[in-house]
Amino acid sequence: MKILVGYKRVVDYNVRIQVKPDGSGVVTEGVKLSANPFDDIALEEALRLREKGVAEEVIVVGIGPADLTAHLRNGLAMGANRAIHVTTSDAVQPLVAARAFLKLVEKEQPGLVILGKQAIDDDASQTGQMLAALWDRPQATFAGKVDVAGGKVTVVREVDAGLETIEADLPAVITTDLRLNEPRFIKLPDIMKAKSKPIDVLELSSLGLDTHEPLKTTHYAAPPKRGKGVMVKDAAELVAALKQKGLL
Amino acid sequence: MSKILVIAEHLDGKLNGATARAVSAAAAVKPQAIDILVLSDAPDAVAAEAAKIDGVSKVLTVTRAENAHPLAAMLAPQVAHAAGGYSHVFAPSTTFGKDLAPRVAALLGVGQVSDVMTVESSHVFTRPIYAGNAIITVEAPADQTVVATIRTASWPAAGSSGSAPVEVLAVDVALPSHTRFVELKQGKSDRPDLQGAAKVVSGGRGVGSKENFDIIYKFADRIGAAVGASRAAVDAGYVPNELQVGQTGKIIAPELYMAIGISGAIQHLTGIKDAGTIVAINKDGEAPIFEVADVGLVGDLFKILPELEQALG
Repeated sequence: MKILVGYKRVVDYNVRIQVKPDGSGVVTEGVKLSANPFDDIALEEALRLREKGVAEEVIVVGIGPADLTAHLRNGLAMGANRAIHVTTSDAVQPLVAARAFLKLVEKEQPGLVILGKQAIDDDASQTGQMLAALWDRPQATFAGKVDVAGGKVTVVREVDAGLETIEADLPAVITTDLRLNEPRFIKLPDIMKAKSKPIDVLELSSLGLDTHEPLKTTHYAAPPKRGKGVMVKDAAELVAALKQKGLL
Repeated sequence: MSKILVIAEHLDGKLNGATARAVSAAAAVKPQAIDILVLSDAPDAVAAEAAKIDGVSKVLTVTRAENAHPLAAMLAPQVAHAAGGYSHVFAPSTTFGKDLAPRVAALLGVGQVSDVMTVESSHVFTRPIYAGNAIITVEAPADQTVVATIRTASWPAAGSSGSAPVEVLAVDVALPSHTRFVELKQGKSDRPDLQGAAKVVSGGRGVGSKENFDIIYKFADRIGAAVGASRAAVDAGYVPNELQVGQTGKIIAPELYMAIGISGAIQHLTGIKDAGTIVAINKDGEAPIFEVADVGLVGDLFKILPELEQALG
C-alpha cells in the first residue's frame, strides 16, 4: 500500500514571530523555515510502517510556491520514495488543502494519509478532518499510537479525557500528535540520494477544484502583553501576596 | 438574524463545562436563538444540564446507538444535517470539538474558524495563530454557515439558572460503519478538572521524576487545585499526556496558575496567557517563565513547596 504524507513548510518553531507594524501580516522575510514538526512525525510514522512491511511506498506532499522544492528534498532525504509538489503562489487554507489532497488521493489510491494534527503557523487543526469528510473515510486525529493489520488501523488518540482507542477500516486519515514517535535525523548520504528521487510538480489550478479561500484575514495584531510582575523573596511573602489577591 | 447551534460535549452522562463557554461566545453574536444539540445514545441527563445554561432557547436531542461514543465520522453527518436553518454552528475548541467541527464544515462545504477568542460581529472573529504570538481578525462569508470552535479559555461559562425546553430531533441520515470505538482510558482523579479549574498547579522538568511529582500533587490537593504539566514533564513520563498545558496540549484560564520547575517555553506560555495570576517558582532566575509571571520566587522547589504548605498554616 501507499502512504501519502502531508509535509508543510512553516516558520521554525524556535522563531519568535513578529507582527508587521501595519497589521498586514507577520514578518516571514529572512526567517528560518522548517518542516511543520507534526509533519515530521507523520513522515516518520509512514517510514516505520514501510520498514515494517505494511506499506511499500511513502509519498510526501507539499502545497506552496516554487521554492518549496528544497523542503520536499528534505522529506525525500528522510526516506520518502517520492514527492508531489502542488504549486501555488499563496498559502492555502485547510479546506482548499483538503480538496487538493482529495484529488491526489483519487489519483494515488493510498491506504493511509498521515498528516500533522496541526500546523504550527495557522494552528488550524482542520485539514485531516476535512479530507476525511470529503473522502467519506475514517479519521483518527491526535494519534499517539498506530497499528496497521488486516486492512484495519487501530489508533490510540490523545484526547482531553485520556487515551481513546478507535479502530478504522482502510483507507483512512490519521493526524499525528507529539508523542507518536521521534523523527529520525537526516544523514548526509541520504541528502545525496534524495537528489535523484522524483518530485512530481502539479499546479493547484490544474487540479480542477474550487480554490476559492473561504475565510478572509483582515488584520494581524500582536497579543496583549501582561503587566510586569513582582519578585518575592520567600514562601511566606508568596503566600501573603496570594492572600492579598484573595487567591488563597 | 443569526441562529446558533452549539454542539454539546459530554462524557459518562455529564455535560462538559466547555459547552457553557461556547454558549457565552454564541451569546456575543447577539443571535435570535441559541440551541444546544446533544448527540448521544442516552441524552436525557446531559440535555437536562444543558437546558439550565443561561441564554439557551432550546435543547435538541438526537438519540442513536451510534452516538454512544463521540466519533466524528458518526456525529458529523448528523450535525451537518441538523445545521440546516442555522447561521452558525459552534463547538468548544477541545479535542472533541477540534475533531468534529472541521468534518462538519467540510460536509457543508465551508471553511472553519478555529479557536474564536472574540466576536467582533456576526461574521468577524479574532483567533490566535503562531502559538498565540499573533492574533488575526478573520471574516467568514455572510452567505454561508459559520462553523467555528470556541477557545474556551477566552470565554466565561454562561450561568446555569435557565430552563430551556428539551425537544427530540429526528436525524435520519445514513451513518458509516468504517470507524469503531474500542475503549477510553481515563485518568482517574478526584482533583478538579484541569480545563475548568479555578486553580492549577503545574510541574515541569525541574520536578525531576515521576516519584518527585508527588510533591506537586500534594501541594495541589492542599490548595484544592487541578494538576497540570509542561510538555517536558509529559515527554519525560512524569505524568500522563492529558495533563499537558500549552500550544499542543490544553489551553487554560484559571484564576491562579502556579508554574513550578517550568522554564516557560513559548509553547507552554500559549496555554496559560489568560490565567488571572501566574506564579512562577524556579531555581533559574533567568527562566523565561518570570517574564510572564505576576509573582515570581527564585529557589529550590523541593524546599519552597513544604515551606508554602507551612506558611498556609
